[in-house]
Amino acid sequence: MTRISVTVDGLDAVDEVEPRTLLVQYLREDRGRTGTPVGCDTGNCGACTVLVDGRAVKSCSMLAVQADGGEITTIQGLSDGDGMHPVQKAFHERHALQCGYCTPGMVLAAVDLLREVPDPTEEQVREGLEGNLCRCTGYQNIVAAVRDAAAELRGAS
Amino acid sequence: MTTTETRTENGPARRHGEVGAARRRKEDAHLLTGQTTWTDNIQLAGTLHVALLRSPMAHARVRVDASAAAGEPGVVAAYSGADLADELPGLPSAWQVTPDWVAPEHKPLAVDEARYAGDAIAVVVADTRAHAVDALDAIEVEYEPLPVVLDMEQAMADGAPLVHADAGTNVCFRYSDTFGDVAAAFADAPVLIRRRYVQQRLVPCAMEPRSVLVAPVPASGEYTVWSSTQIPHFVRLFLALLSGVPESRIRVIAPDVGGGFGSKLDIYAEEMLLFALARKLGRPVKWTETRSEAFQATIHGRDQIQDLELAADADGRIRGLRVALLADMGAYLQLLTPAIPLLGRAMFPGIYKMDAYEFGCTGVFTDKTPTDAYRGAGRPEATFAIERLLDELAAELSVDPLEMRRRNWIRHEEFPYPQIAGLTYDSGNYEAATARARELFDYDGLRAEQARRREAHDAVQLGIGVSTYTEMCGLAPSRWLGERGYAGGGWEAATVRLLPTGKVEAVVGTSPHGQGHVTTFSQLVADTLGVPFDDIEVVHGDTAAAPAGLDTYGSRSLAVGGVAVWRAAQRVVAKAKTLAAHLLEVSEDDLEFADGTFAVRGTPGATKTIQEVAFAAFAAHSMPDGLEPTLSADFVLDPDDFSFPHGTHLCAAEVDTETGRVTIRKYVAVDDVGTVVNPLIVEGQVHGGLAQGIAQALHEIAVYDADGNLTTGTMADYTPPTAADLPSFTLDRTETPSTTNPLGVKGVGEAGTIASTPAVVNAVVDALRPYGVRDVAMPCTPERVWRAIHEAQGGAS
Repeated sequence: MTRISVTVDGLDAVDEVEPRTLLVQYLREDRGRTGTPVGCDTGNCGACTVLVDGRAVKSCSMLAVQADGGEITTIQGLSDGDGMHPVQKAFHERHALQCGYCTPGMVLAAVDLLREVPDPTEEQVREGLEGNLCRCTGYQNIVAAVRDAAAELRGAS
Repeated sequence: MTTTETRTENGPARRHGEVGAARRRKEDAHLLTGQTTWTDNIQLAGTLHVALLRSPMAHARVRVDASAAAGEPGVVAAYSGADLADELPGLPSAWQVTPDWVAPEHKPLAVDEARYAGDAIAVVVADTRAHAVDALDAIEVEYEPLPVVLDMEQAMADGAPLVHADAGTNVCFRYSDTFGDVAAAFADAPVLIRRRYVQQRLVPCAMEPRSVLVAPVPASGEYTVWSSTQIPHFVRLFLALLSGVPESRIRVIAPDVGGGFGSKLDIYAEEMLLFALARKLGRPVKWTETRSEAFQATIHGRDQIQDLELAADADGRIRGLRVALLADMGAYLQLLTPAIPLLGRAMFPGIYKMDAYEFGCTGVFTDKTPTDAYRGAGRPEATFAIERLLDELAAELSVDPLEMRRRNWIRHEEFPYPQIAGLTYDSGNYEAATARARELFDYDGLRAEQARRREAHDAVQLGIGVSTYTEMCGLAPSRWLGERGYAGGGWEAATVRLLPTGKVEAVVGTSPHGQGHVTTFSQLVADTLGVPFDDIEVVHGDTAAAPAGLDTYGSRSLAVGGVAVWRAAQRVVAKAKTLAAHLLEVSEDDLEFADGTFAVRGTPGATKTIQEVAFAAFAAHSMPDGLEPTLSADFVLDPDDFSFPHGTHLCAAEVDTETGRVTIRKYVAVDDVGTVVNPLIVEGQVHGGLAQGIAQALHEIAVYDADGNLTTGTMADYTPPTAADLPSFTLDRTETPSTTNPLGVKGVGEAGTIASTPAVVNAVVDALRPYGVRDVAMPCTPERVWRAIHEAQGGAS
């Protein structure tokens, strides 16, 4: 077992983990952050995307011990408590989710994309979210939501 | 007479009230913030974790000794299929399509023979998931390879290896039907189009892998089952039937369910197995499949070879159609496996008139994952065939494909129309949808551009694909199902309760997993009762809370379930009216009801709101004779008939003749799904449906190697489309209300998938006609397109 210290959605934690434990397993099973789902076992679907020190990471592709010392934001910690993040709001407004299983990863990948590209074209959004699969929406409303959120975030900053 | 109105995308709702309004979904908040209850999220104290050992060989005799695994760290129990053979009944197949079908036993754990790569042969139960998985390695298995049969035509040949030796054949069933004088229709037909099309095997890929958790109460013999399923009511019924535990002691919950598309419309081995393990061990047991397991152990879709013949007059009028199908069952029959190709039986004629039609289908066993319902289930295959044939007929006669369709389709004034295969199409207006699609697409402009590019021998050619589809929605009239060998019915149940506080509970038997029933049904109830949208809760997906229901599949939830909800709400209003009249001391005839208030005609101020009536019904201080306290009503609705949405889809595809790459440049879909309750949700369903249909046309195929290994067994190999692979779609609607239900609704869950596959392939082939190409096998990947061009040009490929 290896000791790690992390911050998960604003709460500090020190835990003993098996070295083989994936970050997503740690978040779900040790930290109870089940808002982050697992959609595949090959790093393709992106459902488990979280932010580690502000950058989008597929949490099935990182070991918990690699996150030691890091600050992790899951979908459950994205908004600061009063209401939703602009990306979440835009997803609601644009009907950018159906079953919702890809949504946590899609939202966090979009947050990271908008940090890098604050005013993306449709093509940039499509390319930027290529690592996150959705089987329900055909992506059209996701793309629209991300661009709406971009405008909202630019206006707010 | 039908009325047809056109509405523009995202336009304001035409109607007053909730129906027709683009309400944002009630379902979203918890999904957007991660406050979800996917089955795998549920953690119960003392839960044991289950891992399955699956055969890596497609066909082998197996001798399994699980005892060594029992000594591994954390392991509570380990069993082979043989160990549990007496305790595990075979899995059900509920649709006996012919009297002499072959339905081999299908044990949740294979006993001594594995019949596809992924067939489960042993199970470990341990304190953690990791321990359970680790201990699989300790199970001792001797595999004696048996001959593998993967190709349907080879499976039917004399002397072929048998998937089920006891059956003595690989043929599951043979079915045929004839309508009209087929021989006469084909005799001396001026035009005969003969084609073979292959519907490749697809993997549904719902984003949430399946998961099952069973919690027993040993002292009382009660069980709670959480499952990522579309059909909690069926799961409860079959667990009860097969285990002998009374239904009343089994509660099945479908909590948040992450997509299904038909793949969770099944009774799976793991559900039966975990129920048996919970019963045996007296502790909660949980299993969640990995994606790699899902590729092998969750049903596949399509997989059909279609031999087709179309006879026509010299002007293109269709005389007759012959369809001969081979349908791959896979290694076993799941819940509806043999019925899936037959759900397409009546849809091959599409929207067209013809004199005669012959349909035949042979179901074949192979050493592959079982097939079953996947979005559209039989209808996409049928629609693909007829829409491809219409394009071929148009090309043969050098007629524009839209004009060829016009010459053959049912005209709007001919509805209701009894079509050749025995269905009666309720309503439609193919002319209106096509005219609108043509306009949005700039059909003439793109045809002109296509001509210019052909003239210039442009390396990137433009193709225009047409699909004018219809489909049957609203499974299903129970009598119709019974006549066709299905064990169950097709009704749907709803209860609407006005609670003492004036809030409303609508309890429904459908079980959504992304479709937005909570929002849609709230809109229906809000209008009917005149209560605020936000005051309505929709309860679903838990057999303790909603004991009656037949769940969600086949675009039935609104056309059947929604009508049941609406009827139950109407009954609530009727009862409330009786009580309101009593409280106001007037005759019911003197009351009018609008916006949730009963008012006495001609007496201003003499009113009762429905909420006031609800409290009066709860308090029950003054009830009229014979009226029971509380304000609640049930309705169980058996649909009179199907509904038939339709539409015209136009696809412009650019095909690079040097690389074979296909790019969708423009996609216009004008759908007519009858009355629309929530246009936002309808558009979302169409978007997602289009994506899955385009995925079949361009991206996806399940490939097996010669030994029966699934070589496209991960998301990386199977390549479901990403955001970067798909275009933005242009949508519009015409609205021709259904005449088979009082809401006029038709169903939309499968329409996009059914329509788009032939539209895209027609576009690809249209682009390449000058090169002599008349078909490209799906998926039209760059390699396949490139080969098709080179083969047509007579070059080596």
